[in-house]
Order: sequence, then structure tokens, then C-alpha cells
Amino acid sequence: MSAPEKVPDTLLIAGKRYASRLLVGTGKYRDFAETRAAIDASGAQIVTVAIRRVNIGQNANEPNLLDSLPPSQFTILPNTAGCYNAKDAVRTLRLARELLDGRVLVKLEVLADEATLFPNMPETLVAAKELVADGFEVMVYCSDDPIQAKALEEIGCVAVMPLASLIGSGMGILNPWNLEIILDRAKVPVLVDAGIGTASDAAIAMELGCDGVLMNTAIAKAKNPVLMASAMKKAVEAGREAFLAGRMPKKIYQASPSSPTEGKIS
Amino acid sequence: MPVLQINGKPQQIPPNITVENLIATLHLEGKRFAIELNGEIVPKNRHAATALSEGDKLEVVIAVGGG
Repeated sequence: MSAPEKVPDTLLIAGKRYASRLLVGTGKYRDFAETRAAIDASGAQIVTVAIRRVNIGQNANEPNLLDSLPPSQFTILPNTAGCYNAKDAVRTLRLARELLDGRVLVKLEVLADEATLFPNMPETLVAAKELVADGFEVMVYCSDDPIQAKALEEIGCVAVMPLASLIGSGMGILNPWNLEIILDRAKVPVLVDAGIGTASDAAIAMELGCDGVLMNTAIAKAKNPVLMASAMKKAVEAGREAFLAGRMPKKIYQASPSSPTEGKIS
Repeated sequence: MPVLQINGKPQQIPPNITVENLIATLHLEGKRFAIELNGEIVPKNRHAATALSEGDKLEVVIAVGGG
């Protein structure tokens, strides 16, 4: 039997194909060397960054994140972390577009509350509309509410990214049922963003049928970030393959032996 | 000497300077950054032609680590 033909399985976002379904953040690392080493181990091609005021009077030789992660090698995805209304989020991403020479792929996140960092969905919808009208390709952090996710898709967002659990909590996927409803209805890629704690969480997200996973803290705050990045790469790949393979049906009350029942010696 | 608000803080600058001149004094030449002047983005190709004056509000941003 000849080996089955290998069809490349890629993540398609806004018309561009990515071999990796793992997207990673660049925050909370010890230094840029560790950031880069972890990102290389993760295999991620899309990396998120935040936009912040430059430290005026800083050392002229102070290293810059984008020197470690050149936009020629990675798809830099600027975020709106820390924005609590649509106006600030849109303003931030317009600055990001200028900073990145006109690149328009962005991550929109409008937060509602400092304690939970839960998305502010009314403001997220307002910002998404304005950004899409201005030509941005918007990947959007959102609640795991199928109705809101659909509304964002209808506005023209290129990917919806519901939270698995609170940002930075590492609590894993708290509501797989809602994610399944979102996945069932969505026509754009669905990525789990926020809440992943360890490799099995990422695998579960992919087994559910998510198109990708975005994480930061799970890698950056592992005891060994580079090793965890490698684990996440494998988990996302394994989860994706398991989803494509199609899992066996669950049999809740009936065991089924794996060995033959014929030919036993007694 | 005119006083500007740069990233929320008052700062004296020499008279008759442009955004491009200011960037040089901030050691940002050749780096990736973006400039907003009084709420409007100043594209890179306008830095040399954009003069700064008393009371201007300037934001200078870069990319930093984030999720």
C-alpha cells in the first residue's frame, strides 16, 4: 500500500496560509533572548505585540523587541491590550499600522474590567466595525458567546478568538460546549485565545475543531518556557491530527475488548 | 524654548524643529516607532515636513512584549 498523499493542512487567515496553528504572545519573558528562543521552539509564525509609549530618555542602545522578532520573519500581530473602549483600541491599531509600514492584520481586544480582563463586547463590536471599515483585517478576542462571535463575523472580522478562561489564568477550557456552538456556526477561523494552562488544554481546543490557539502566559510563565513552547507545538499538532482523524465514538456503559474473544485457552 | 507634551510629560524643545529633528534627539532613528501629533498620526514621509510648536501633544510609541 502506498503512503497516503500528504495534503498540507494550513491555517488560512485573511487570504494568507500559515503552517503553524499556534500563535504566541511576547509578554512576560525574562528578556528578548528568551522570548525568541521560546517562539522558535513553538514554531509560531504569528506573534502578538503590544503598543506602548517609548520610554523618553531611554538608553539609545536599549534593545527593541522587533529587533529580536523581525517583521520580515514573523507576522507581527499588534494588539490593543489595556484598552477599555473602542476609541482607544482604534487609535492604538492605527498607530500600529503606521509602525508596521501599513500592515493591517491586527488583534482587537477591548477589555471590560481590570480584575477579570473579560472582553467588553459592546465596545468590541463598535471598534470592529470602525476597523473593518478602515481596511483592517481584524482578529478579535471575544467572549465565548456564539451570538457575539457571529455578530463579529458578520461585521467582517477575519477570525474570532473566544477566551477559554480568563487571560493569564491558566484555567484551561471552561466551556467546551459554547466553543462547539461557535465552531458549528462560524465561517471564519475560530481560535482559542486566553486561558490555556498546559499542553493538554491546547490539544483539547484543537480536538474540538478550533482552527488555532493563541497563548502567552502558559509558555512565558512555565518553569522552562522553551520546553513548554515545544510541548505546545506538539499539543496543537496532535490535537489537530486527532480532530482530522475523527475520534472513536464514546461508549459510556459498555466496554469493548481490544483483543480477540475467539481462541482463548480456557 | 517651546514646551511640548511628549508621551504625557512636559518637555522643552529647541525652537523651529521638526518631528524628524526631535526623533534624532530621542535616539529613535532607524528604529520602529509611530508618531501621533495632537491626535493625528504623522506618517513617516511627513516627519521632515512637520514642524513642532508650543503646546503640541506628541505620542511616540513602539512595539513591546504583549499577548
